[in-house]
Amino acid sequence: MVDATSRIVPPVRPEFELRDVADAQFGEVERPLSAFERVWNQTWVRRATIVVVLAAVWEIYGRTLNNPLIFPAFSDVAQAFWHDFAKGPLLSRMLTTLQVLLLGYAAGLSLAAVFTTLAVSTRFGNDLLSTLTAMFNPLPAIALLPLALLWFGLGIPSLVFVIIHSVLWAVALNTHTGFKSVSDTLRMAGQNYGLRGVSYVRKILIPAAFPSILAGLKIGWAFAWRTLIAAELVFGVSSRSGGLGWYIFENRNLLETANVFAGLLTVIVIGLVVEGVIFRAIEARTVRRWGMQR
Amino acid sequence: MPDAAGNAPPILKVDGVTLQYKTTEHLVTATYRVSFEVHRGDRFVLLGPSGCGKSTLLKGVAGFMSPVEGAMSLNGRTIDRPGPDRMMVFQEFDQLLPWKTVLQNVMFPMECAGKWRGAEAAARARHFIEKVNLTKFADVYPHMLSGGMKQRVAIARAMAMEPEILLMDEPYAALDALTRRKMQEELLELWDDVRFTVLFVTHSIEEAIVVGSRILVLSPHPGRVKAELNCHQFDHTAQGGTEFQTLQRRIHDMLFAERIEAEEADAHG
Ligand SMILES: Nc1ncnc2c1ncn2[C@@H]1O[C@H](COP(=O)(O)OP(=O)(O)OP(=O)(O)O)[C@@H](O)[C@H]1O
Ligand SMILES: [Mg+2]
Repeated sequence: MVDATSRIVPPVRPEFELRDVADAQFGEVERPLSAFERVWNQTWVRRATIVVVLAAVWEIYGRTLNNPLIFPAFSDVAQAFWHDFAKGPLLSRMLTTLQVLLLGYAAGLSLAAVFTTLAVSTRFGNDLLSTLTAMFNPLPAIALLPLALLWFGLGIPSLVFVIIHSVLWAVALNTHTGFKSVSDTLRMAGQNYGLRGVSYVRKILIPAAFPSILAGLKIGWAFAWRTLIAAELVFGVSSRSGGLGWYIFENRNLLETANVFAGLLTVIVIGLVVEGVIFRAIEARTVRRWGMQR
Repeated sequence: MPDAAGNAPPILKVDGVTLQYKTTEHLVTATYRVSFEVHRGDRFVLLGPSGCGKSTLLKGVAGFMSPVEGAMSLNGRTIDRPGPDRMMVFQEFDQLLPWKTVLQNVMFPMECAGKWRGAEAAARARHFIEKVNLTKFADVYPHMLSGGMKQRVAIARAMAMEPEILLMDEPYAALDALTRRKMQEELLELWDDVRFTVLFVTHSIEEAIVVGSRILVLSPHPGRVKAELNCHQFDHTAQGGTEFQTLQRRIHDMLFAERIEAEEADAHG
């Protein structure tokens, strides 16, 4: 007997042709979204909701615990934040920190640009950057602080030094990887138009590697921020004009726990603003618009 | 300078060119001592099986690879680097700059080479975008186009530059049959219009006969010249005619002769 499976034959069905396809009843072809759907589709609305819920949980927990020395409620922290921001030292501490941070970040980026330029244009530069990043990228910047203090003394130069260390390698590594992974076709297309040297790098390589470069900038920013706060906790630039880290440290010593939280909150808020507003805006305008990242 | 018979000299001369890839472990000879000449107005087709070095040859002419043996020259000048006088349409889809819209992509080489600028470049770009039927998509970024549309943008971009010679690497290979046929017809119409010179790579015998005016048949890996044939008399209307089919058969036999011989040798050995 023949194996049953080898004799499976699909049924022969009648043919048909439809007229008036154009007039056929579709389900929903197009309809405006409801107001709720439209609001809920906004990323920031969903994220803000999460933040509000977290704050509410915090408030409830803080009140039931009722021990402001260990864990102040959200309202206490908000009050301390508001008070110190408007009248107290918080604003000036924040500005000091941001100033040092931007200085270090900018210096780190410039050095990274120099290193990457060397690395893409010469083989020696390539080897140099690869070796240096392999050596220094795993080294926590804060571990260099004692040495920095020895070299530059107590003050802004030491802070800038450790920030540069934390920014430089991360950014250079990402940018370099981005350049290396630009496809051959794009490279050839660029050269085909007669682009060479600096204009080739500027018009082809940088935009093509932009997703990696942006990722490097973000990582560099996060590293710099963390390093700085940690370094400030150890010593406060000079204690009179210290930054946010110093503010946190100082208030802990005074057992003003609500103010400690307010300082931490400031760190978080600045992080959120930079990541969620500045970098997001750059992303939306560049890599996401170009379909290089979703 | 015209030769004795009154013909203008060829614009592209490829003379005994051997092209090789050197990787860390291998040395691959892609083409071996290939020679041909392309005259102004030619639709010169490189035809051969996959992997025979067609793309490599085109990269050589474009100036991305230098030959280990032989010489290539354009208008008498040795080809030693890429340049906008030889615009290339690549086989790959990722040849458009993703950070530029269709219009900007078409304008970009004109502005880089400084051949046309500003409003003039934009007008030219729009003209050629219209020619490839993408007017509606002029302000769209490439990631929102289909594969065939991207390829058409690349063609418009190359044509708008009015290069000495247009290099096209299987530009229609990834298109559906209908679009491909339409694009082939458009290319021929455009050629009738503008009379550009094109070096066209394909592995479809039929496409070679329809699009080309002269065909260089290459042997399988490494690519060597097998024959140079005329096919200027055929277009889409000739398709299916006996002469067309005879030529098609002839090329087919040429390309597959080696395989048949090899199979026979295998059978006897
Ligand atoms: N980057 C490379 N490195 C090393 N070998 C390569 C490289 N590119 C191509 N080759 C080799 O060179 C030969 C010719 O390749 P080429 O891309 O020119 O073929 P082709 O004729 O264009 O084929 P297809 O029709 O499939 O595009 C192949 O054997 C391939 O393996
Ligand atoms: Mg190819």
